[in-house]
Amino acid sequence: MTEYNRVVIPIGPQHPSLKEPACFTVTLEGEKIVDAVIGIGYNHRGIEKACESRYYTQIIYLLERVCGICSHTHTTAFCQGVEELAGVEIPRRAAFIRVLVAEIERLHSHLLWLGVAAHEIGFDTMFMYTWRDREAVLDILAELGGNRVNYSINTIGGVRRDIDDSLKQDILKMVDALEEQVKYYRELARSETTLAARLAGVGKLSREDALKYGAVGPVIRASGVDFDIRKVDPYAVYGEIPFKVVTDTHADVFGRTVVRVLEMLESIEIIRYCLENMPDGEITAKAPRRIPAGEVISRTEAPRGEDIHYIRSNGTEIPDRVRVRAPSEANWHAMKQMLLGQYLADVPITIAAIDPCFSCTDRAIAVNSGRETELMDWPRLRQYSVDWYKKRGIDVSSVKMPERRSYF
Amino acid sequence: MSLIKKAIDWGTRKSPWIIHFNAGSCNGCDIEIVDALTPRFDLERLGILQRGTPRHADILVCTGAVSLQTKDRLKQIYDQMPEPKFVIATGTCACSGGVFDGCYCVLGGIDRVIPVDVYIPGCAVRPEAIISAVVKLLGALEAQQKGGGKDAERRSDYSTVGREIQSFEG
Ligand code: SF4
Repeated sequence: MTEYNRVVIPIGPQHPSLKEPACFTVTLEGEKIVDAVIGIGYNHRGIEKACESRYYTQIIYLLERVCGICSHTHTTAFCQGVEELAGVEIPRRAAFIRVLVAEIERLHSHLLWLGVAAHEIGFDTMFMYTWRDREAVLDILAELGGNRVNYSINTIGGVRRDIDDSLKQDILKMVDALEEQVKYYRELARSETTLAARLAGVGKLSREDALKYGAVGPVIRASGVDFDIRKVDPYAVYGEIPFKVVTDTHADVFGRTVVRVLEMLESIEIIRYCLENMPDGEITAKAPRRIPAGEVISRTEAPRGEDIHYIRSNGTEIPDRVRVRAPSEANWHAMKQMLLGQYLADVPITIAAIDPCFSCTDRAIAVNSGRETELMDWPRLRQYSVDWYKKRGIDVSSVKMPERRSYF
Repeated sequence: MSLIKKAIDWGTRKSPWIIHFNAGSCNGCDIEIVDALTPRFDLERLGILQRGTPRHADILVCTGAVSLQTKDRLKQIYDQMPEPKFVIATGTCACSGGVFDGCYCVLGGIDRVIPVDVYIPGCAVRPEAIISAVVKLLGALEAQQKGGGKDAERRSDYSTVGREIQSFEG
């Protein structure tokens, strides 16, 4: 095929399917994608640099806002790292609460993803169902931390909120109800043929490619690799909690869906285990203000995969360098591989299937296209339509457009 | 008042369509906006629909401190919207830069780039706050339309919303 059969379609940065800005340029031959360029960086805010001018405790709240969906994971990774540098051992109860909140967060994140994915394939009923169920999880998080999204549980040396008996009962009630729902979704994924037909074979990523491009989280697990930081490098109390790493061999969007749904069931079990086996005691240990010099890498398993934080301290109250490698950043590299050879209509669901989080990714990359684009404003657009109709013998120039009123 | 204007006024009041743009937020507020549209809060009962293109939208719901990268896009999207248009800044960082204030790649609040009609503080905002903001906006709009275009009154309406927020944030 020659070049001129190709059509280049730019998508983004603002587009209906994703909540965040990213720009994709896909090249098509007919309906098939032959090339894809991914432009990210719209959400780059410079958080890492900002970390270098804030105190450790301030950074916790800043890093929490790297991403509003997996906020707990980022602070866990950071606090863990700082605790290691300072030689602080957190109380066991605090470690249990960290795990508990992390799993509740995973539930909310996976439900959110399930909804978005369903919406992407036009299955809006399921979107509404999952988001309704997610509300129960958010209520628990709000009860726990006082905020629905950035709940600030972690602090250096432990956690900030304790769990009392009534909250424990509420959590148990929530997971019982949710378990029913998740089982229903599992049934749906297994028996609903339209769903399987729409998702199977879309966004293929072979085991070799997944390893080659360094995919993480549910993406690599759906390609048959059992890689989960909770198992390979256990932190907090994950080492003693019995749970399975869910894998699947479909290696496509369907596999990723199955992995996430089954992971939710595992999370529910972990939550139950934590509530049952949580010891009494303190929830914070004393941490020094000045963190001894040194460097550390700390890893956690975010809902989207492996989250790595690197912290270098110079012995003061302010770190020398903080680097965050969020899971979505790792998954982007495999994206192109997944898109090639697909149909254009599969682009949204393929992208959604890695559960991309631009807020996470974009802290580290700055892209500037420097391109000038032309914009047709309303008066010009109107003039264009008036001319168009005039050529066809209709005069619409007497119809007035609403004018800009001054609001300020 | 011509019939067309009446119809347009009625349409904006009864069924405003929104478009959502993330100008560099942490995602928290974006998710809460979607939350407000889903069954529990169900903003759609006020006739609000989310649209994919700015050409169809009446209200631009913006989140996030404006990053240098999105600045021009935000302006473009605003320019593409038809009149009359409104902007809601959702979340503390959309109002003022919030936690990202001082980051080298962040410009500050949404109002550094485009005029904002309603500010909703909160990090993250609660869906209830979003609903309240939309109701306030529509109320002010109705009052203004009924008053036959007394812009001055409406202006004071918005500044009340603005003042409340200031007192909220101390
Ligand atoms: S206001 Fe807070 S929660 Fe909302 S987008 Fe900004 S940082 Fe995130």
